This record gives sequence, C-alpha cells and structure tokens, in this order.
Amino acid sequence: MTRDRSPLGLVGADAEAAFEITFDGRTLSALPGQSVAAALWAAGVLAWRTTRVGGRPRGAFCAIGQCYDCLATINGRPNRRACLVPARPGDAITTQEGDGHAGLTV
Amino acid sequence: MPTRSSSDLIVVGAGVVGAACAHYAARRGLDITVVDRGPVAGGTTGAGEGNLLVSDKEPGPELRLALLSGRLWRELSDVLPARVEYEAKGGLVVASGETGLTALRAFAHRQARAGVTAEEVAGERLHDLEPHLAPGLAGGYHYPQDAQVQPALAAAHLLRAAGTRVRLRLGEEVVGVLTRTDGTVRGVRTPAGELHAPHVVNAAGTWGGAFARVAGVALPVQPRRGFVLVTEPLPRVVRRKVYAADYVADVASGSAALQTSPVVEGTPAGPVLIGASRERVGFDRTLSTEVLRRLAQGAARLFPVLARVRVLRTYAGFRPYLPDHLPAVGADPRAPGLLHACGHEGAGIGLAPATGAVIAALVAGDEPPLDAADMHAFRPERFHGTP
Repeated sequence: MTRDRSPLGLVGADAEAAFEITFDGRTLSALPGQSVAAALWAAGVLAWRTTRVGGRPRGAFCAIGQCYDCLATINGRPNRRACLVPARPGDAITTQEGDGHAGLTV
Repeated sequence: MPTRSSSDLIVVGAGVVGAACAHYAARRGLDITVVDRGPVAGGTTGAGEGNLLVSDKEPGPELRLALLSGRLWRELSDVLPARVEYEAKGGLVVASGETGLTALRAFAHRQARAGVTAEEVAGERLHDLEPHLAPGLAGGYHYPQDAQVQPALAAAHLLRAAGTRVRLRLGEEVVGVLTRTDGTVRGVRTPAGELHAPHVVNAAGTWGGAFARVAGVALPVQPRRGFVLVTEPLPRVVRRKVYAADYVADVASGSAALQTSPVVEGTPAGPVLIGASRERVGFDRTLSTEVLRRLAQGAARLFPVLARVRVLRTYAGFRPYLPDHLPAVGADPRAPGLLHACGHEGAGIGLAPATGAVIAALVAGDEPPLDAADMHAFRPERFHGTP
C-alpha cells in the first residue's frame, strides 16, 4: 500500500472539516489553516495573477511572504499575498489582472 | 601601466556617486578600481527614491551642481539602457494655503533667476496635472526639470557602461590608506592586500566620515535617517514627483529632531513611494511606527486615493549629512592624492553625475566643470580651519 506522502499524511494529522472557497467562480475545497495559495495549489491551480507589463501568469514562488509574486484579488481586494492570507469559508479569489487597480487609472 | 593591483584611480564606495566618478574617469581613459565592503548600491543609493531634483534647492552652489547634473542625466539617459527607468517626469510642489503659496512663489522667483524653470499652477488647475490631488489646495509650482531614475540600476549601469576600464572589488573593505613618507596617498589596503593608485576618492557616502578617519583626516558626515513607504503596485495615479511646500524647509533644517513632510511619486514598476522623514538618530534602523504613521497621513492628505491603498513594505536609509547641507567634493589638501565625493545628503542620486565629472576632471588634471567659487563651497577641509 502506498504511504500517504501529503503534509497531512506525513504528520498523521486529523484535519478539521473542509470548507468551500471559490476561484473565478469555481468552487474549491480548503482546509482550516491552509493559506489561500496552499488551497489553490491543492486544487491544481498554479497561477492567479497576470504580470503588469507582459501579462504573464504568476502564482506562488517563495510562499513565505517575501517575493510578492503570489498577489491575488481576495474578496475584491487586490494585491494580497495569497501565501500569507489564511483561507476562510466563502472566500472569493479572482484572477488579478496587472495591478488590480485599473479603476484608478488617470 | 596598470596591473591587477594598480590603477590610475581607486574609488572607495560603489554607490551612485562612486559609480559616477568611475564612469566619468573611464571616459577620460583612466583605469579605475572601485572597492566596496558591500555590493553595488548597498548603502544609501539602494534606499533612495532616485530623485533628480532642482525644485527643492535654493539658488547657490548646490543648485548649480544640480543643474549641471540634470543636463548630464539627460545625456546619460541616451547612453544607459532604458531599464535605469530615467523619467523626465517633472516635479509639482503644492501649497495648502495662501501663506505657503506666497513663500513658494518667492522661492520659485529666486530659483528662476538662477536658471530653474518654475511655472505657477493655480489651485483650480492642479488637477489638470495630477487628477488625484486633494481638492482645495491653494496652488503650486511645476518644475519640468525634475526627473527620476531607479537608483540601484542607475549605479550598476554607470559602472557597466564604463567598460573594462573599471575593475570592481566588492565585499572588500578598505582598512587602511597607503601614504609615502611625505604624506602623499599612494593606495589603499584591504584584507586581500594592497591596491595602488596615485588618487583615492572617498565616495563612501554616509560612511564617508569613517573612511576619512581611515585616511587620517576629519570629515563630519553624519547619518540623517529617512523612511520610505512602498505601496502595492498601482496604475499611474501619481504622474510627477509631488510634494508639499514644507519639504523645502525640512530639507534645509539643521535640526536633529524628527521632521516629516509628504513627498509622493509613482514608479514605472507600479508601486508609489512615500517619504519623507528626516531625523538624526545615528545608524539606528529600529522601525518607527510614529514616522510611518505621519508619512501615511501626509500622503493621504495630498492624495486621498492613497488612503484606500495598501502599503506593502517600508524601509529606512541614512542620508549622508554634512552640517552646511553641501557635499564634500574635491581634492583634500590635508592628504595629497585623496579626494572626496560624499556628503550629498538626500540629493546624491541627482548630484552624482556632476560630482563624478568634477572628480574625473581633477584626477585627469583638467579644469572641473564648476566655477572656482562653487568648488570652494564644496571643499572638503572647510569644517576644520587652522586652529
């Protein structure tokens, strides 16, 4: 039998009940204590932002709050570091286009 | 004939001023060794906003140095790659009330006689220039000669553009200055050995006083701390460098106590940079929430839109302060062969090219591109008259 090599399996943790978040309207499952980035990764989502200049895809890079690559729009607020923000039930994550503040352009 | 350990000029400090000294000396065909205990732009250059300003300067030697530098930066913007982010964006100084505007007008008129382009902007026209500015400001002045670069990249590309005539020795601290029996400088010592050159330039910025001591002379450079807030990336909500008229008085003040006045500017990368604070507290990097709060409040008063924007990070830097607010630029008669190019306070990025051009001319034995009275104002030994 294959040993469970997931973080949960390795430490023998017994997670609390999963809850739902959405990514661009699609319902995903997240566990208590997971960061938004971890929940997205667990669901196979690797990119949730496009770069400001070239429009290239970005997701988690350092995953410890230093590199600012993982910026996401969470519940309507852009530029949140998905690797640091804990996922909460009902969170709506949306792909961030560029700086996420197109409305402020003058 | 230069060898691995000998060159025509040793530049101590790989900040923007040291880089400019090396750049202009290389253009004159000299071979230069740049030594720094840290990386390129590892000190105050890396903490700067990259302002190239004439707007905040009183008529006098520093303004003339800034005007010359402004011309040289424009020329460099054609030579250096676009990634140094040179922007001839202009500055906008605003006054909230009539008293401030009257003072600003008098200041701008004096500057105009000294060669600065300064255009008055009526209160109701400020939004044509900066749509997000707070309503109700009395008016301001537009300074089209103000510009900006990304300072760390500018320093790095000044060095790179100098080509093979510049040898970089990073992570290597100068621990001694070599002299002949007559006191003439002949090089420096580092833990890796001796480096020889007939000229040594002190471009150690805020640490220029410490290096001067190593060279056996006194130069009272002190750190003047400043914090910068960096917002989340935004579209161009701030087009120019925008600041309140009080900033000029703060820059000119000699007080050690905390002063803050809002200075706000966008960057090509997206984040808005918010300054400016000044205090003399030594090399203390402790985060001051009081300073951060005052900077944030000041910026949001100028640009209410920023109250809804997140600050992603903040950092401190140490401006190299000399008691008369003028840099030390020139040869040091107390130690023949030693030159100084430090103490530019908060204006080092802006003043770097002219400083480098002056130093390169002096080392080459030519007339510097400044008149004698200005060179006299910047003379490094001015703080220590004969007792």
